[in-house]
Amino acid sequence: MNGNAGANMKSLGSFRRKFAPWNDPQAKPFIAIENVTKKFADFTAVDDLSLTIFNREFFALLGASGCGKSTLLRMLAGFEEPTAGRILIDGQDMRGIPPYKRPVNMMFQSYALFPHMTVEGNIAFGLKQDGMAKGDIEARVAEMLKLVKLERFAKRKPHQLSGGQRQRVALARAVAKRPKVLLLDEPLGALDKKLREETQFELMDLQMKLGLTFVVVTHDQEEAMTMADRIAVMDKGKVMQVATPAEVYEAPNSKFVADFIGNVNMFEGRTAAVGNGKIDIAVAPENFTIRTDATKTCSVGQPVGFAIRPEKIRISRQQPVDPSINSAFGEMWDIAYFGDMTVFHVKLESGRIIKAASLNAVRTVEDPLSYDDMVWVNFDADAGIVLTS
Amino acid sequence: MNTTWSRFNIASLVLGFAFLYLPIVLLVVFSFNESRLVTVWAGFSTKWYVSLFHNQSFIDAAWVTIRVGLVSATVATILGTLGALAMTRYTRFRGRLLFSAMIYAPLVMPEVITGLSMLLLFVALGFDRGLWTMILAHITFSMCFVAVVVQSRLVTFDRSLEEAAMDLGATPVTTFFKVTLPVILPAVVSGWMLAFTLSLDDLVISSFTSGPGATTLPMRIYSQVRLGVTPEINAACTMLIAIVTVGVIIASIANKRREVQKARDEQAAARN
Repeated sequence: MNGNAGANMKSLGSFRRKFAPWNDPQAKPFIAIENVTKKFADFTAVDDLSLTIFNREFFALLGASGCGKSTLLRMLAGFEEPTAGRILIDGQDMRGIPPYKRPVNMMFQSYALFPHMTVEGNIAFGLKQDGMAKGDIEARVAEMLKLVKLERFAKRKPHQLSGGQRQRVALARAVAKRPKVLLLDEPLGALDKKLREETQFELMDLQMKLGLTFVVVTHDQEEAMTMADRIAVMDKGKVMQVATPAEVYEAPNSKFVADFIGNVNMFEGRTAAVGNGKIDIAVAPENFTIRTDATKTCSVGQPVGFAIRPEKIRISRQQPVDPSINSAFGEMWDIAYFGDMTVFHVKLESGRIIKAASLNAVRTVEDPLSYDDMVWVNFDADAGIVLTS
Repeated sequence: MNTTWSRFNIASLVLGFAFLYLPIVLLVVFSFNESRLVTVWAGFSTKWYVSLFHNQSFIDAAWVTIRVGLVSATVATILGTLGALAMTRYTRFRGRLLFSAMIYAPLVMPEVITGLSMLLLFVALGFDRGLWTMILAHITFSMCFVAVVVQSRLVTFDRSLEEAAMDLGATPVTTFFKVTLPVILPAVVSGWMLAFTLSLDDLVISSFTSGPGATTLPMRIYSQVRLGVTPEINAACTMLIAIVTVGVIIASIANKRREVQKARDEQAAARN
């Protein structure tokens, strides 16, 4: 990559860092979803859900299949009407407005390219519906083809394209009309892993260039973490947490979110002591003590959960300085080597498995940890998070 | 798999084909017979074809048949496609099962009953029987076939194509004509061809519903045969067979070519 492009990336990055309209009480949301419920017969797909999405935001709806994220997207597009509640886009109530009159465009999971039209024809379709002049359409189509690097494929039909190319045609077609909001339903779901990673960055780049609001539905948490400004974690038709990727990962607000995003060690116990900005948790049945920063206000004796990510746990043959807190001793049970990092499973006497991950910062280690070693795991007071729900 | 040809296999194949095609071969061969007698070979001649083209009643009948076929196939295709759309799109209306059964029923209904009930209806309504009553009757029975053919295509139709069109600003009507219809067009065309063929060779329903001055080719041939078979009829039948055969061959070649081309395109796309 040349220096110029690198500088460009840097400026995009700094813009991203500053971009946080959700923290600004004056900012007006661009999309407001207010107490929306959607029922299909006796199944509630979306349950009294409220969300605000800001202009130029890259917003991800993340959840397992059947959590209502796709239904929510389809309500934004106008393919479904909410059973109750309302959706405002740019201040306008969308109730009763058919899909073809909404200021949004959607990129479909199956791409839904028109098989009887060429790449050009597909991209021009929406522009023709707007009654745009022929010359303008040609110019816009050429611009879109350039944007997704498909100039050479303009005259091809969808079945003459590879999966990645089809994905780009679908994207070009969806952004050709310059919608205010682009809805993306599992946009990278059908691509293989390597292509998916490349395309993630292309999508982010495109969103910045065009200055659009993106709402993307995905079940892939890595995808959501990489691309989105904010993530709404959904379960059973409800939003569990809306926050930036870092907040969702480092400060999940519930056991569900902590468990859903990434890998986690979850402990259950009761608070033994509270004070000095610390909380002591007695973990059953091992009877070891976790002393952690008070990220939540708790009373003594309250049942709480404690979540800690594997990479925040140290693993060693040496006994830690104070083995009475935040430490456990066990047997090396499993070693999963991923190249960049290794995840160790340590089995405590109680049978509990603790996952600890360490970065493989050097190529070779003298006397590496191996199976059947007896090891200590330990962590710092600020490494985990207390969860009360 | 066993690919050797046993004697039994060969014998059953020959017998089977003979059973199917011997009558037709005989009919074609004797259409080129010099003699007036249909069963005695007296040398090659094309004179019956010449006399056929001078037989005004045959020409008229052929013309009626084609007009009935074109009009009824076209109307039946429109109605049948609409019916198929309703059946696949509105899956939860009351009485859907009954409606669906009623679409299939005419396929198995004996033609005599269809023809007779049509006749009674036209009489009751006081319609003068003729070309138009026959066209109405043909529309009625062939639209069921169209509906079945189109419906089977619509079941596998990806609805997200229509959603994509509407999402891009196309009204439901534009969506139908710009996206849905072009995609299901092969099925609609097959439906039309099926309806046209059914109309072309229908005898029973036509006999019940036509009136003076509206005689189709099958009716003409049938009435002629009752007075005695002439090689002229053989010639007429041979020409019908030729037309149908050529049509089928062209359709299957075009189909095969499209498939081969598509497979090649997909391989090329996978490579780059």
